[in-house]
Amino acid sequence: MSQNTMNLKVKVWRQRNAKAQGAFVTYDVAGISDEMSFLEMMDILNERLITEGGDPVAFDHDCREGICGMCSMYINGKPHGPWQANTTCQLHMRAFKDGETIVIEPWRANSFPIVKDLTVDRSAFDRIIQAGGYISVNTGNAIDGNSLPIEKQKADDAFAAAMCIGCGACVAACKNSSAMLFLSAKVSHLALLPQGAPERKSRVLKMVAQMDKEGFGSCTNTGACEATCPKEISIANIARLNNEYLGASLSAQ
Amino acid sequence: MTFKQMFTSSVGKKLVMAFTGIFLVLFLVVHAGLNACIWAMDGGVMFNKAAHFMGSFIVPRILEIGLFLGIFLHIIQGYMLTLENRSKRKIGYEVNYSKGSKWYSRSMAILGTILLMFFVIHWKHFWVPSRITGVEEMDLGNGFIVHNLYAVMQDTFENVWVVLFYVIACISLGYHLAHGFQSAFKTIGVHNKRYHVMINTIGFGFAIIIPLAFALMPISFYLHWVN
Repeated sequence: MSQNTMNLKVKVWRQRNAKAQGAFVTYDVAGISDEMSFLEMMDILNERLITEGGDPVAFDHDCREGICGMCSMYINGKPHGPWQANTTCQLHMRAFKDGETIVIEPWRANSFPIVKDLTVDRSAFDRIIQAGGYISVNTGNAIDGNSLPIEKQKADDAFAAAMCIGCGACVAACKNSSAMLFLSAKVSHLALLPQGAPERKSRVLKMVAQMDKEGFGSCTNTGACEATCPKEISIANIARLNNEYLGASLSAQ
Repeated sequence: MTFKQMFTSSVGKKLVMAFTGIFLVLFLVVHAGLNACIWAMDGGVMFNKAAHFMGSFIVPRILEIGLFLGIFLHIIQGYMLTLENRSKRKIGYEVNYSKGSKWYSRSMAILGTILLMFFVIHWKHFWVPSRITGVEEMDLGNGFIVHNLYAVMQDTFENVWVVLFYVIACISLGYHLAHGFQSAFKTIGVHNKRYHVMINTIGFGFAIIIPLAFALMPISFYLHWVN
């Protein structure tokens, strides 16, 4: 397969720090192979900026294999770029055309303040998990997995919810900056399994309370989150969260 | 967890929208069913009798209080939520993400505002004359005298602009329901995927049939399909 190279313009949000005034800066990026990943293209841009004595564009990334949830760019009007069920790091340059201008923005939400350029502070998600997104396990030997019977459908649904990598694309895509798809995935995967049962009611109440405290918006079921989620977390999880919340509100002491 | 905490959380605020929304959906069925009496082709006798029943019997009168409460809660909570949600993203995007959701799902507040404007005019046309300022009466025989709301409808829908405004409001209602109906059920926690398919189907059917029935009423009078 022959490689095609292209010349692009990258219009990227630059912001020196959390308090500084940000603005878009357009860079020419030449000689990009269509086999490169999007982040490799960013690396080339940054190497050039460093060589020229400039400040490289700050962006989050870690595993670069679509499983860690660190990459977070809002590319041409969609979190993680144009492909479906895909993270920014798994986006390749063949998704773009020669001569195209690519607009790159950070996740925009008050709850995700900008640290620098395209890097945002997503620790609000960590605090939501700390509020109840765990199970309390006593020390000692692990019990035999087969001694805990789990219905196949529930195991599948729990696994599908547990696929959430907490990248925050749902918040970035939502017109209300709502974290409900993230929260519903975390609540669902534990609510569906027997291990999550003891703290089921207090978990949902505490996690919703923390989500509200972090300043995320309310869900209006538009479906934008589901459409952009790199792990295709179903919006049905949000309905399950609502169900869990209503049930827990009425019955928890 | 107190009752107040439950309804003031982000999920609880949506529950208020969903419960009042479903109540208003039920009201639409009653309203459309009752108004369909105009097509009885009897000069409005059946319609006026039905309207008289709704206006004089105690049960619909009590429900009417609930209806007004429901409408005001839905409107005020809707606006409060819209403003609150908008405030959650102080700096917007250069390129907006519009492919993942339907325009009417994102425009519930605008569609709702058109409906609110419609309600004010609609109440002025029918509710205010019937309840406060008085309307012409009709003698159905044996001393059974009712308000002739049918004549008020005939009179109101002679004006083409009024008819046009009612039709626009009905289209807004259709789109408002296309999102609101299924969204309300998701908010109250229906998460079975088979029910989702069922609710989406019923919701779309409802969003077409009910507004269409309402829109045909002013059109029927304007085009003299009913006399």
